[in-house]
Amino acid sequence: MSPRGRLIVFLLGGAGFAVLFVLGTVHLPDFGGTWHPYGERTVSNAVARHTPNVISSINFDQRAFDTLGEELILMASALAAVVVLRGVRAEQEETAGAHEYGPAEVFDALRITGYLLLPITLVAGVYIVAHGSLSPGGGFQGGIVLGSAIHLVYLAGDYPALARIRPIPVFESGEAVAAGAFVLLALAAAGQVTAMNAAVGAEVGCAVVLVLAKFFEQALLVRTSS
Amino acid sequence: MSHLAYLIPGWILLVGVYGIVTSRNLVHAVVCLSVAQSATYVLLLVIGYRRHATAPVFSDIKPTGDVVDPIVQALTLTDIVVGATVTALLLALTVQVAKRRGTVDPDRLRSLEP
Repeated sequence: MSPRGRLIVFLLGGAGFAVLFVLGTVHLPDFGGTWHPYGERTVSNAVARHTPNVISSINFDQRAFDTLGEELILMASALAAVVVLRGVRAEQEETAGAHEYGPAEVFDALRITGYLLLPITLVAGVYIVAHGSLSPGGGFQGGIVLGSAIHLVYLAGDYPALARIRPIPVFESGEAVAAGAFVLLALAAAGQVTAMNAAVGAEVGCAVVLVLAKFFEQALLVRTSS
Repeated sequence: MSHLAYLIPGWILLVGVYGIVTSRNLVHAVVCLSVAQSATYVLLLVIGYRRHATAPVFSDIKPTGDVVDPIVQALTLTDIVVGATVTALLLALTVQVAKRRGTVDPDRLRSLEP
């Protein structure tokens, strides 16, 4: 289909969507109103079960079974990304440091900032995971912070060091163990908000590290053998 | 006028889909899909909004205070997580497409085989 034809189809579909969407919103309750029957019930339940962060209470206590599905979607996607990015025939992988690449030439200020931020970011990530039931945060958010934190080493210009501090097999097992622990918790002990936050944090962190590791391999190490 | 806020997510969705339709680059298309998906975040938060209310976290406020609807916020969290993983998967596919076919222009990827 020509770009012009595609645009016409989009305009027709978009106009239809716009009409239906506007009609659909006309009878919604007023924006910013006070009528939130489900919200009020979850709030009173969360307070009764001593989880001040109502979002965490919903995700890991009142709707823990749904979060199990979300968690498995995350794992399946991460797994699929890793499988899609695996090396194939006619490609060979160079080991990091085979060329004796040292740390890249970066400004000292950047390098020092990276190394200084690394422990701070790791502590912040652990704090966000551990305090997920009390203050804004939780396993998903903290896991992302933890997974991203160790890539500060890469931003500081040292890929070989990054490859050393994140041994892939360890993170693969960590991902599997954390996912298994979360399934067990969700089925047997839903409501243990802190424990579930920890399991989710570990799994998300491992997933981020694994997926990013595969992207790094594609960008830096995989070469088509000629 | 009070319903105007509900129209914002529809507009964001249309902008995102327009980007996908006119895209000449798969990475650009993946980003446009993220934009289209962010419409659902806005829709959920607009539905849960409550005037003069604060975040549903009771660490430092009395449990009787007005808070915005926490259910849609939890759904938004789920939404963001799923959106991020889907983006990662699509970018992985884009990497493979670029390697196998030497192009990321959707118009030059008509047939399944090169």
